[in-house]
Amino acid sequence: MTDFLNAIVLLLNFLVIPGIAYGCQLALGALGVTLIYGILRFSNFAHGETMAFGTMFTILATWFLQSNGISLGPIPTALLAMPIGILAAILLVLGTDKLVYKFYRKQKSKPVIYLIASLGVMFFYNGLIRFIIGPDDRIFTDGSRFIITAREFKEMTGLDQGMAFKMTQGITIVVTIICVAALFWFLNRTRTGKSMRAYSDNEDLALLSGINPDRVVMIAWVLTAVLATVAGTLYGLDKSFKPFTYLQILLPIFAAAIVGGIGNPVGAILGGFFIALSEVAVTFAYKQVIGYLVPESWAPEGLVQLLSTDYKFAVSFTILVIVLLVKPTGLMKGQSI
Amino acid sequence: MKKLILALAATTMMSSAAFAEEIKIGTILGYTGPIESLTGPMADSAEMAMKEVSDSGKLLGGSTVESIRGDSTCVDSAAATAAAERLVTGDKVNAIMGADCSGVTGAILQNVARANGVVMISPSATSPALSTAEDDGLFFRTAPSDARQGAVISDILNDKGVKSVAITYTNNDYGKGLAEAIQSNYEATGGKVTISAAHEDGKGDYSAEVGALAQAGGEVLIVAGYLDQGGKGVIQASLDSGAFDTFVLPDGMIGDSLPLAIGDALNGSYGTVPGTDSKGAEIFDAMAKAAGVKTDAFSAESYDAAALIMLAMQAAKSSSSNDFKSKVMDVANAPGKKILPGELAKGLELLAAGKDIDYVGATAVELIGPGESAGNYREILVDGQKNTTAKYR
Repeated sequence: MTDFLNAIVLLLNFLVIPGIAYGCQLALGALGVTLIYGILRFSNFAHGETMAFGTMFTILATWFLQSNGISLGPIPTALLAMPIGILAAILLVLGTDKLVYKFYRKQKSKPVIYLIASLGVMFFYNGLIRFIIGPDDRIFTDGSRFIITAREFKEMTGLDQGMAFKMTQGITIVVTIICVAALFWFLNRTRTGKSMRAYSDNEDLALLSGINPDRVVMIAWVLTAVLATVAGTLYGLDKSFKPFTYLQILLPIFAAAIVGGIGNPVGAILGGFFIALSEVAVTFAYKQVIGYLVPESWAPEGLVQLLSTDYKFAVSFTILVIVLLVKPTGLMKGQSI
Repeated sequence: MKKLILALAATTMMSSAAFAEEIKIGTILGYTGPIESLTGPMADSAEMAMKEVSDSGKLLGGSTVESIRGDSTCVDSAAATAAAERLVTGDKVNAIMGADCSGVTGAILQNVARANGVVMISPSATSPALSTAEDDGLFFRTAPSDARQGAVISDILNDKGVKSVAITYTNNDYGKGLAEAIQSNYEATGGKVTISAAHEDGKGDYSAEVGALAQAGGEVLIVAGYLDQGGKGVIQASLDSGAFDTFVLPDGMIGDSLPLAIGDALNGSYGTVPGTDSKGAEIFDAMAKAAGVKTDAFSAESYDAAALIMLAMQAAKSSSSNDFKSKVMDVANAPGKKILPGELAKGLELLAAGKDIDYVGATAVELIGPGESAGNYREILVDGQKNTTAKYR
């Protein structure tokens, strides 16, 4: 029995908890991508940098709060500073929409033109972020680091394996649940949300029934900016803020959105967890887990690892390709690309 | 006849004085990149030696030495080559003090130094592969090869009674070479390496890498990486998940910034960095303090690298790389009068008088084989958020 518990704790500590926290961050990112795809019908490559931009302003505000001695006790100050980051991100995306995307909307451009434009926007944001905060690693986590450390867990339960639960992981999960619940309430219960869904389902019909397209687009951008900043800040708190890494997580975010069914918010969340857990699960070494579960003489000599951790990003890419080949609309029925 | 010789001698002396030139040395280090916290002090130390020589006015009849910095980035070979190319062809440097990381050092050596016949002395490139690289006699290093560091780390592990280790290394020439050196030495002495896995620098998240390392197990984790990069990320993730408590830190991980960034949890971890307990090290530290230069890992090696370049020039009576490349080993090794840091003027004088010197410098330099330091190491123990010296090996 103890062996079985040890195996479970081991999996929780190294696979499930980091996987779920990472999944939450991907899900929030994928929701932003999917919203833009649903309303504006293009893949927004600048999303990763939008996350970085919102996070950057959150960090600047955090430093300001910290220097004035304001903190939330055990909870990171960044949560208090997040509204500033969100505001900055909203201003940024609305400004970009007015200067860049609005022009292409008037032209009724094809999605691929938008996509290339968003690539240009991405490079612009990228430079802007490096210009303001620089390319370095920024650690802005404060408050207590752990809800429970591996050592405390071992002492509490008497098991061989410890389970660490970081404060940032706990906050990631709680904040994600709140954000997702609020978003679904908005989309399904409010008049504006319903008009957005109508616009996404059938643009012409929505316009005929008197929905104001400018307003729908504006709200889509605002929601995206909020989700991007929250996702970016949570990722930055849990890992560390380096502008460069936000470019890297663009691939898993797109994979999550497409695997889940792009344009479908529920799919984005499912996709986020699916990608995150498979990235971790495929590259995990199961040696000790199996060692706990089978009699000692059967314990494996090797690492029992499917793929080396170097291939982590390859996993999300492979899943993406398989889904596009087999079920182009994604797991939940979204739009096909 | 006697008068004629005297007159000739007088004119040569006059002309040599008239030839006093502005010698340029390229100081190519990774001012940006994964070891940027070390390179500032390294460059300052090298420039301290150059200033000492310039101020003495004894090099090649009163020549002065100017340092021109170039950024190697530590990881981007193309950028490093371009920087070195600019220094060699544009600024016309006479020699290169650098580069720092093994990969870019090899790239500069093959693409720039050999093509233009410029001497390079690296203070910190430690990959064993550089020992056998084609160098036309132009490449030297005041840092020992990692083949030696592998043996030293293996000795430390055995002394501490560690029976099994996990290794993670940064995925480049330095990390891979060092990891292999540690593994082969440690296994030869009966230790067990449970896993040797690479990590990539510049990622946000290392929990998957740490997961694999933790499953393989081992009493300690050897992190052959960089302190401002993936190495720090791996240690943080290991501590967070409780995978390892004690880390072995080879030279790329030794620097004042790491214990401060990680905090108390790093106390008790140990490592190695080139260094000696010779009088030279003390004198160098005192000199640096007096000059207001901050020292860190590889600072002393940088001072020595710059000093060797200038002493070899004096021995060859020429600032041209092709003339003095054969003199580097001579001035670094016995026989001759021992020269400590701060005594560069004395060394220059002796050489000018045609006498031999044995440059000891800040790190007890002794160049062996293909022109690399024989290797003295300082065993580091992290204690109270500081790197402290446990002993010398």
